[in-house]
Amino acid sequence: MKRRISVQVEAFDIAAETTRLAQGDTAIGAVASFLGLVRDDNTVGEERSAVATMTLEHYPGMTEKALELIVDAALARWPLQAVTVIHRVGPLAAGEPIVLVLTASAHRKAAFASCEYIMDILKTEAPFWKKEHLPDGGERWVDARESDGEAAARWLKRDS
Amino acid sequence: MIRVLYFARLRDQVGLASEEIDEAPATVGDLIECLSARGSDWSDAFSGTVLMAVNQEMADRATAIADGDEVGFFPPVTGG
Repeated sequence: MKRRISVQVEAFDIAAETTRLAQGDTAIGAVASFLGLVRDDNTVGEERSAVATMTLEHYPGMTEKALELIVDAALARWPLQAVTVIHRVGPLAAGEPIVLVLTASAHRKAAFASCEYIMDILKTEAPFWKKEHLPDGGERWVDARESDGEAAARWLKRDS
Repeated sequence: MIRVLYFARLRDQVGLASEEIDEAPATVGDLIECLSARGSDWSDAFSGTVLMAVNQEMADRATAIADGDEVGFFPPVTGG
């Protein structure tokens, strides 16, 4: 099993990462990908506000361990040949790529499901925090969304 | 001695990123009680939803702490 986990400031190249993931393993018949981008707005309740840039903070050391554990859990559920998880930290402008998950398997079902699973669990368990910088110079920490907790809980429920 | 780390909004609330504490309380819950007694900034910060990790693994208030451990406190995560 090939795995690549990276927490980095630099941008990533989805095409190069996909090639790297699948290269040399012809048992792979399916690659699913999720690419997350920085949105230019954040709606909290009724209030919609523009977001110019954001800063991604994380818990160095623990972040990488948490991502390893999430990938381990995905491997226990689906037959995967390769997994890549890249998450950026530091200052990011609207439109920039922030997270990439690639999963490779013999068939599409495992690739699709494991990709969604990794993102859902990452959203609630990996120690990253977003701080938004508003056009008026203000800044605020982003609140966790209830819907993210529900998405992660869905997978846990299927286990029981 | 234990090392205690605070992240994101919680760090802003308590005004501290990290510190070392000589006497390790028995559990994370005991540590939270000690910290909350420091004043209203601290008790307010710990009255909301706070996640905790011991040696970089998710923990809860019942988790034991030993000398040399690293304890991290942080708000619910918002990555992805």
